[in-house]
Amino acid sequence: MSGFFRLVRRDLRLALRQGGDAATVLAFFFLAVILFPFGVGPEPEVLTRIAAGIVWVTALLAALLSLERLFLADYEDGSLEALALMPLPLEFQVLAKALAHWLTTGLPLVVVAPLLALLLHLDGAGYGALVLGMALGTPTLSLVGAIGAALTLGARRGGVLLSLLVLPLYIPVLIFGVGAVEAAVTGLEMRPHLMLLVALLLAAIPLAPVAAAAALRQAVE
Amino acid sequence: MFSLANPARFMRWSAAVLPYCAFATAVLLAAGTILALFVAPPDYQQGEAVRIMYVHVPAAYMASLVYAVVALGSAVALIWRHPLADIAAQEAAPLGAGFTLICLVSGSLWGEPMWGTWWVWDARLTSVLVLFFLYLGYMALVNAFDDPARGAKAGAILALVGVVNLPIIKFSVDWWNTLHQPASIFRLGGPTIAAAMLWPLFIMALGFTLFFVTLLLVRMRGRLLAARIRALRLAA
Repeated sequence: MSGFFRLVRRDLRLALRQGGDAATVLAFFFLAVILFPFGVGPEPEVLTRIAAGIVWVTALLAALLSLERLFLADYEDGSLEALALMPLPLEFQVLAKALAHWLTTGLPLVVVAPLLALLLHLDGAGYGALVLGMALGTPTLSLVGAIGAALTLGARRGGVLLSLLVLPLYIPVLIFGVGAVEAAVTGLEMRPHLMLLVALLLAAIPLAPVAAAAALRQAVE
Repeated sequence: MFSLANPARFMRWSAAVLPYCAFATAVLLAAGTILALFVAPPDYQQGEAVRIMYVHVPAAYMASLVYAVVALGSAVALIWRHPLADIAAQEAAPLGAGFTLICLVSGSLWGEPMWGTWWVWDARLTSVLVLFFLYLGYMALVNAFDDPARGAKAGAILALVGVVNLPIIKFSVDWWNTLHQPASIFRLGGPTIAAAMLWPLFIMALGFTLFFVTLLLVRMRGRLLAARIRALRLAA
């Protein structure tokens, strides 16, 4: 168990020393969102209808940006082979890395999302559902993304391939995340959508590390 | 299954079986087409346009079946390291993508006169579109590595991860309000479709299945022969 938290702390320290990654992801999130008023026009009536979708989709794309480097640095300098030999099972190490990834990229997205929703004139009733939905959905994105990151280690054009593999698997999270906000805005119950997001997270926590660890094992052998 | 693990034995077995498969495919597809186009009755609401169903439904069923074949082959390759299982999975994937594309396009052509739209984002159509992208992702991943063994293993894991989409496709018409018609054949309580339409549909579905089997055997034989040619070239 201590190995798990040591690995999380190691990844957090590496991410903080790097510094740039979380900031780049947030900058992309911000820029991609503000492109939409330029694209569809600044009328509040139009923007408020699509605000939830825009924030969620761009959060998804921003989360994708940092996934490629989840295992790549360790794979390239050989520490992945050393990690595979640790007594802590590889599945738990994947969980630790996904947790660190979420803390450095997912959580900042959740914090910034209400601000961006404000810029898009999201209806006041939707903010709670947006933040809750993203807080529940972004860990799933990190976990499922870890599968894609592990599968594309050392592949040609790994970054683009990663997006192709991972985006279809992100679609359920997107559907229920936006569904929660739409429900809250129209006065319906948001709980069913949030419960489904929780269900997706609870399914991802045991299953994603198994798949990612299998992929990592055949990447280092 | 393991008796065919030896590639040479598989080549001999498939050479023997292939003519019968091809013949049966031709007979079933010809019979099915004649039944579908001329013998089966027109629908009381849709008229003659219902005949697209005899291509669309078998293609849709094949799209899911072939993905199950890919997933099964991947599982067998990962668990038992069966030498031909991941070859079968990799050769089946483009066929499955083709069937999915036929399903989507024929469905779109059918939807325009019947529903008044080429496309709608309901659960069934969306999940089949996701299936199409899962096929493309699988094919891209397998070919993305310089080491083919690495590509095969990575693709096998991806195929198993994507299996979760199959029950979603099957049950999407029950779980959500969809424009796509709900299940009328494989459902509790038996099929609700008329027998005069069910039989041509079954024959076409069987024809499509044998078509897939024939093509899969041809592709696998081609792959094994190419490997043999490469080995001979390297030895020369």
